Amino acid sequence: MFAYYIELALRSLKRNRVLTALMVMALALGIGATITTLTVLRLLSGDPLPQKSTQLFYPQIDPNAKEGYIEGQTKPDSIMTYVDAMNLLQAHRGTHQAAMALTQAKVIPKQANARPFFSDAVMTTADFFAMFDAPFQYGGGWTAADDDGRAQLVVIAGFLNDKLFAGANSVGRVIRVNDHDMRIVGVLKPWAPQPRFYAQDLGGRSYGDGEAVFLPLQTARAMEMGPQDIECYAAVPDVKHIETAPCEWLGVWVELNSDEAVAGYKTFLDGYVKQQVALGRFQRTETSLLDLMGWLRQEQVVPDDVRLQAGLAFGFLLICVVNTVGLLLAKCLRRSGEIGVRRALGATRREIFTQFMVEAGIVGLAGGVLGLLFAELGLLGIRHQPAQYASLAHLDLEMFLFTFVVALVASLIAGILPAWRACVLAPAPQLKAA
Amino acid sequence: MEIRPIFASLRKHRIPALLIVLEIALACAVLCNAVFMISQRVNDIRLPSAIDEQGLVTVTLRGTDDKLVGSEIPRNLAALRGIAGVQQVAITSSLPLSTNNWGWSFGVNADSVIANQKNINVSLYFIGESGDKALGLHMLQGRFFNADELADSKFDTAPLPETHAVVMTHAAAENFWPGQSALGKTIYSKPYYYTVVGVVEDVLRPNISTTNTRKSYDAVYFPMSAAGSKGALSYYILRGAPQDRDRIMREAEQKLAELNPGAVAKGQIYVDIREKYFANMSSMAWMLVLVCVVMLAVTAFGIVGLTSFWVGQRRRQIGIRRAVGATRRHIMQYFQTENLLLTTAGVVVGMGLAFGINVYLMQHYEMSRMPWYYLPGGALALWLLGQASVFGPAQKAASVPPVVATRSV
Repeated sequence: MFAYYIELALRSLKRNRVLTALMVMALALGIGATITTLTVLRLLSGDPLPQKSTQLFYPQIDPNAKEGYIEGQTKPDSIMTYVDAMNLLQAHRGTHQAAMALTQAKVIPKQANARPFFSDAVMTTADFFAMFDAPFQYGGGWTAADDDGRAQLVVIAGFLNDKLFAGANSVGRVIRVNDHDMRIVGVLKPWAPQPRFYAQDLGGRSYGDGEAVFLPLQTARAMEMGPQDIECYAAVPDVKHIETAPCEWLGVWVELNSDEAVAGYKTFLDGYVKQQVALGRFQRTETSLLDLMGWLRQEQVVPDDVRLQAGLAFGFLLICVVNTVGLLLAKCLRRSGEIGVRRALGATRREIFTQFMVEAGIVGLAGGVLGLLFAELGLLGIRHQPAQYASLAHLDLEMFLFTFVVALVASLIAGILPAWRACVLAPAPQLKAA
Repeated sequence: MEIRPIFASLRKHRIPALLIVLEIALACAVLCNAVFMISQRVNDIRLPSAIDEQGLVTVTLRGTDDKLVGSEIPRNLAALRGIAGVQQVAITSSLPLSTNNWGWSFGVNADSVIANQKNINVSLYFIGESGDKALGLHMLQGRFFNADELADSKFDTAPLPETHAVVMTHAAAENFWPGQSALGKTIYSKPYYYTVVGVVEDVLRPNISTTNTRKSYDAVYFPMSAAGSKGALSYYILRGAPQDRDRIMREAEQKLAELNPGAVAKGQIYVDIREKYFANMSSMAWMLVLVCVVMLAVTAFGIVGLTSFWVGQRRRQIGIRRAVGATRRHIMQYFQTENLLLTTAGVVVGMGLAFGINVYLMQHYEMSRMPWYYLPGGALALWLLGQASVFGPAQKAASVPPVVATRSV
């Protein structure tokens, strides 16, 4: 019976080629736009470290002056002073903890005639790699002792290793960074969590490639490498020594593996701030300990434009669905005579309803296939855009399947009204009119 | 034209009529908001900045040795002056829209410290000799820095320079001292203070706020000597004729790279800096344009489809009307009036919807209130669209011959 409906639907769709093409086209455009924007939205609001994100926390405190502070309302600052970051690190309250700042590293290739170039770099502490599950191709990270000893060593990203050493195992070799010789201890596999959660508010981009060079914080500072972003909250007598200046420039992440550990850390953080207030260093007591996804939500890392585009695409899809309802309705009312005949010959209302829904479903599937093509075109367009996330825009299997679900649901919704109208037609007047 | 028969017939086709109204309402709501968003972005992209953007070339030189820049910068500038077609050369710390921002906040009272809430945040530009000519700054009041001010200004250990003269934009001056002349007045950030010696026409900051364009021009120029710059001066700027800028850029980059083998030189023409800054905004604007066009096309085809269907369904009635004396014009007018009524109902709902969406967007996004004229504008656009798309089917209806009335379908 179902095969018969399909045959009937196809025959009816063929009879009115222009109208059918219009319906499929409108639906496909709506679906294409929606899937394109949803893919981007999903990509940008995704979890950068799915296996770890619930265990990573971002402590925040507030060293600003009392002026303008409203208790319970003023949010603590998003980055930390060196003193506070080191105090939190040295307390060792989490499974792992690391402080980090972004910087620019001048890399001087050893080859003759090669020009020096700047690479994005992270200056951080030993736990960074273990805490963020950064995978190593060769070698490994450095130790806390290396941090304290200002060891002249670096971890480099795979793409820098490819560029400088043609992908060979370069552990133990030396590269020149900011006019200092640094020994390579590890080479990372391709690793660039999206969004770049740890770069947020440190003056880096939210999406795109990862850094090329990772080096110990103390070592980098001894080489006078400065952070990308620095926020000062009081007069600064000496800008060179940002370790002691009233300036914030570090992000701190902590790994906490259980709810008790999280509660314990929050208590510790509140206690730390109270202690600093007692010491006269702090005036504000607000603290925050967001998990990774919470931090990204607070930062509103997904650009407004992307969310607006998704909203717009949904509006557009709605217009396309309304359009399809109208056209399907027009088509089916035109066939009142045929419906009358079928009803008179014994077809039940249910059968008529099914027949029209099948027709709508076929329009939907066709719209889905074409919509998929439009979505691929749309994503191709986005990949050629200047946005940071442009190169990431690809359709994955889930969105591929989702396209068809959206298409089918949209077309079936569009089909309900016409199908219902068709099945409630009284057969007799139609037969008479014919 | 009698309207009542149209109402009577629409009442018989309630659902298709409602669908057209709904589609037009949605299209009107989306159109108004999308066009408003486009216009906001176009305004941002076109923000004026009083420098010679067309003729400006910049080469950034990074990774130099702070101890040697005192001798290297004058040598580099002299070499750049030798490039053919270069009219002016200077060095500065950053450029408008370069995203390389150095911000600080100042107050107008002698006791202002950085943490004061009433301070005004400004972008600092440090600039060397003849920087005003190289950028093409327009002096409105006062003067640019004299040789002594340029030679004596230097960084000590603090992030603010050891000088007492500044030049600021007109907008910054207005924000510090509304309605007064800024010349001779002083801005403070304890223990530093700077007196305004000149006011220039508005120049954009390295980063601008898209919601408050009044703040986009709060920039202050400080004099800076090469020897005392401690790495703050890294933007070499060259001014030439617009047709020479690409060649000047390549030659300047090459020259600086040769002279400074340990540093990294990168050349850019200024128009590219501006374009890059607004690239996301302009691609969003183009995408909005695309959505609007496709949406209007879908709406138009929807109207064409439904009206054609109505025409097909009413061939007999049309034939009868023609037979009893209606002219082709009358039939055309019938369908055009019908469409006008439906579109009017649609845009009335649509304008309400557009307003509602705008209010929602204002609450959840960086969006300002849509000026009232967007609503009638959107309505007019949809009226025209409706009339244009009904024209074809209406003509088809008008061509139905009266003889149809005599046939049984």
